[in-house]
Formats: sequence, C-alpha cells, structure tokens
Amino acid sequence: MNNPSENNVDKMEDRRNFLKVGAMVAGATVAPGVLFYGVAHSRAPEEAASIGVRWGMLIDSAKCGDECDDCVTACNTENGLSGETGPQDTQYIRKLNIKDLRNGRVHSLPMLCQHCENPPCVDVCPTGASMKRADGIVLVDRHICIGCRYCMMACPYKARSFVHEPLTDQNPEVPRGKGCVESCTFCVQRVDRDEEPACVEACNANGHQAMLFGDLMDPESAISQALKTHASTEVRADLGLNTGVRYQGI
Amino acid sequence: MARLANWLRLAALGVATTIMVAAAFPAAAGVDLPKLEKGKGEKCVEDTQFMRKNHMDLLKHQRDETMRKGIRTTKHSLKKCVECHASEKTGSVAATKEDFCAACHSYASVKLDCWDCHATKPGAQQVKKSTSNSSRVTKSASSVSPLMASSISGGNQ
Repeated sequence: MNNPSENNVDKMEDRRNFLKVGAMVAGATVAPGVLFYGVAHSRAPEEAASIGVRWGMLIDSAKCGDECDDCVTACNTENGLSGETGPQDTQYIRKLNIKDLRNGRVHSLPMLCQHCENPPCVDVCPTGASMKRADGIVLVDRHICIGCRYCMMACPYKARSFVHEPLTDQNPEVPRGKGCVESCTFCVQRVDRDEEPACVEACNANGHQAMLFGDLMDPESAISQALKTHASTEVRADLGLNTGVRYQGI
Repeated sequence: MARLANWLRLAALGVATTIMVAAAFPAAAGVDLPKLEKGKGEKCVEDTQFMRKNHMDLLKHQRDETMRKGIRTTKHSLKKCVECHASEKTGSVAATKEDFCAACHSYASVKLDCWDCHATKPGAQQVKKSTSNSSRVTKSASSVSPLMASSISGGNQ
C-alpha cells in the first residue's frame, strides 16, 4: 500500500474527481438553464435531425396582447417577408383577435403552421415536396414543389402562402421564390444552430413571455413541464392531427 | 468536254472546302473562354477540374441532405460557394455575365434556376467577414490570373 507509485495514482484519481465535481458545480451555479439546454439539444452540423426530438410551441393567449405584433415583425425580418397582408402576400405568422359572441370575451393569438404530427398538407402533396422532417418540423421542399397549391387547400389553419411574383434579395438562409408554396418553418435555420424561432425570441425579449418553444419528447424541457402543469388546447383537435403548436387560455 | 466539266466541278469543290475549313479554323483554335474572377478563399473545397465537372451533383446532394435531413455541413453548401465567389464589383455571383456562375453558364447557354430562390449575394454578416478576408487575400494574389480561366486554356492546349 505504501508503494509511492500507487499513492500517486490515488492522488491523480482524487484530483480528477475533484475537478469533475468542481466543473459540475460551477456549470450548475453559473448558468443552469443555458447549460442544460445546450447539452440536451446541441446537434452537430453533420448530424441529421433526429426522430428522438419533436419541436413544439406553447402559446399563452392570456399573455398575448391585442395590439402587439412583435412576433409577426420578427418573423418578417428573419424570413425576408414584405409584411404586406393582402390576399396574395406571404404570412408565416399572423395575429388573430377572436371574440366569443355569446359573452364578449376576446382572445388574441398568433396563428402559424401547427407542425402537425399527421399533416394534411403532406398527405395531399402530389410530388412529395410537402414533407415532415424527422424532428417534426413540416416544410416545403421548393426544389420539387410544382406550385399546385393542394396543400394550401388541405391545411385547416390557412397557414400556407403562395409566392405569386418574382422575388429578389432573399435572406441567404431563407431561399424563397415565385411559383412555390411556403409556410412557417419554425425558423429551421435557427433551430438547427440551437436557437429559438425568431417569433419566440422577440416575444420573450420584449417581456411578454407568451410563447414557449422546445422539445415535446424531452420530459425535462420547459415546454413539456408547462404542458404537464397547465391545460392546453389544440386548434381543431377534432381533426386528430396532433399539432406541435398548442394554445393556453383559449 | 465531259472531262473538263468534271475537272471544273472537282476544282470548285476543293475551293469550297478550303473556304469552309478556313472559316472554321478560328473556332477550332478557341473561342474566347469565360474569364472567371478568383474566389476569395485560398483554394476551392475540391480540385478545379473536379468542380467544373461535378459541382451540380455536389450541390444537388447537399440540397437534399440539408432540406430533408437538416444536415448543415458547409463544405459543399451553396451559401459558402456564394460567400467565396461573389464578385468584387457587383457583390454577386450572377448579377452580370462576368460574375462567377453567370460567366460559364451564359457561355454554355445553360439556364440556372438556383437564383430564382437563392440569394446571389452573401448575407450582411458574411460580407463583413469576407471583405476583411479578401483584402488579405487580394494583396497576396493580385497578380494571379483568374482561377478557372487559366486552367481552362491550359486544358485546351
């Protein structure tokens, strides 16, 4: 036991354990939320989206202001949309004010692609352009979209738009052009580098905290915890689409 | 008489052939090939000859990987091509016929659909980055002939 080399090994082990514990304590105390979020979701660029993740969003209509459109503005900036709201203009996210005529109660909520588990837009697409990624994000592959607009008719949420005119000066990360259908992508380019969608970021940055984005499959994620604690609703739950976007307070 | 007529016919044919060959000769010697601007980086991600033949396959493969699976490696991404090859003058790869993509494609008369949707210019952040890079690169490589133009004429000889 008194062998000096063995003693050294023991000391090394002790030192290693001390450093490990120290690192864990430091990590947890400095920024627990940030650290754990990073560990849970970081994905290398060469790694494909995983079926072990399902991205979802929880929107609290009680915290969503009637006049506020921060999410819409942020979305337009991120995706290079004009911000026009005419019948032929693209809107990935739009604000709805709904009034219950029986009692006069007013809700305000953002409506966007609900990223269904069983998306009708994907069902009807004749070319396979409308698709659901492994992590539950519903997208249009513009390379093979023929612009038939069946998906727009199939979507119960009116979430898709068609590009009618040629576009220029697109955001390099968000290619979009004439002749294709498009819709909210959950800012897939941001999600892939571990950021929240632009709308959620704007909503939280401006202190409204009405939108929560995260992994529905991870029981520890903030969104899973919130869904576990609070009652939430799917819009048109009767269709059995199992939407990725859930609402609170409607 | 018949002999003379035959002889004349043969002579006429000979003259015509000579004229045609002479007219065709400059083309055989080489039409002006597209002159391409040198990229901003040190060198391309693949060999120039390989890129010239296979860039479309690389891009198509990458597009499906990124679009369908969310794989965002940068080696063969169109965005990175644009960042490196955007023209110093126009800031774009396809704004004029001299810009990198347009130069070859207008020469070969191949219509590109990429730019209907994809940005031909690097994003705001990339412009900042690439200008700082390019000033460094241009100093060392200002006398070098355009990247592909030199190798195209090399290939023809």
